[in-house]
Amino acid sequence: MKTDDLISMLSMNVERVDHRRVVRAVGAGVAVSTAAAVAAMLFVFGVRTDLMEVDALAFLLLKLVFTVGTLVLASIYLLRLARPGGERRISITFMALPFVGIMLLAAVSLAFAPVAHWNKMAMGGQWFECLLSIPIIAITPFAVIVWAVRRMAPTDLVRTGALAGMIAGAVSATGYALHCVDDSLPFVALWYGGAIAFCTLAGALLGPRLLRW
Amino acid sequence: MSVIETELKNLMIAGLNGDAAAHRCLLERLARHLRGYYKGRLARIGRSATEAEDLVQEALLAIHTRRHTYDPTELLTPWVHAIARYKLIDHLRRTRASLGDVPIDAAADITAQDDHGSTESAYDLDRLLGQLPDKMRRAIRCVKLDGLSVEEAASRCGISASAVKVNVHRGLKALAAAIAAEKRRHEDG
Repeated sequence: MKTDDLISMLSMNVERVDHRRVVRAVGAGVAVSTAAAVAAMLFVFGVRTDLMEVDALAFLLLKLVFTVGTLVLASIYLLRLARPGGERRISITFMALPFVGIMLLAAVSLAFAPVAHWNKMAMGGQWFECLLSIPIIAITPFAVIVWAVRRMAPTDLVRTGALAGMIAGAVSATGYALHCVDDSLPFVALWYGGAIAFCTLAGALLGPRLLRW
Repeated sequence: MSVIETELKNLMIAGLNGDAAAHRCLLERLARHLRGYYKGRLARIGRSATEAEDLVQEALLAIHTRRHTYDPTELLTPWVHAIARYKLIDHLRRTRASLGDVPIDAAADITAQDDHGSTESAYDLDRLLGQLPDKMRRAIRCVKLDGLSVEEAASRCGISASAVKVNVHRGLKALAAAIAAEKRRHEDG
């Protein structure tokens, strides 16, 4: 095929293009996956029953600040990485901020608690359920995000995959927080943080296969 | 800001707004730049001009089908360069060359020039179109090859105008995918 023929073909009846499509597709992906995670939580796990109590509600809000904060930050970065060359204009180290923040808070709360309580604070009652549930709920959100990003043109597939995984993990943790009754900062830092980090790693490994174009 | 950047960016923005002549001019100019870029890089590692032309066409298809990822508030040349480089690395990875063969290059390298357009790529358009689903192939033939308007194509195919647009859009993406698949087969076999 001659390149001139290809160009003639591509420039025949050129359509108007909406450049806001990237923002809308990523936004829709995040919205749909959040809905999926919340639905999974509502119908499979059930909302925690003590939400009428002020302490429980306050701690739920704190968990949500962490998970939604991670989600918003990761989504902003994904918007950049979804475009060719986006990786040159961002420093991925900022993504560690929510994790460093929650770890510092966890360390402070451990410092103010007697050593005898540390084990209970870190392990909670359901650490294994938490560590297992978040990645499992994250599968559908991950598929939705990957579907949205495949319509874009990321040129750094490892980092883009990692961010897709992180968004899926954060969305899933947001849903799981409505169910989880372990209210301690070290628990959130270890198991929420750990589960989201695991999703991020899985995304980084899958990115080059799933996002190639 | 270089003159080339300003001119290309103006053409791109006009093309995004539906100006076919500007889009054509942009692709023609980018083809020359891409040819210079790929020939320079592939010649250093002893690859043929046909291979460079394959890459020029792949990059042009990607630029066209993914032009919605260009943010008009940003420069155009780094965007084109990122696509060109991504396609080059993908190509070298598939043909099992070491990544050490990709020289460090700057966005300005994409404005290299090569006017020699007579080389053909190894792709056969008719055969590639033959692999597409019927609806997409017909839409591409009518709109992109025979030059019918979307409305004319719609009445000829007996479907709505928006269905024609969707089929053309998906068809071009499928065409890019068919080229990638052909390439993999070619390399594995």
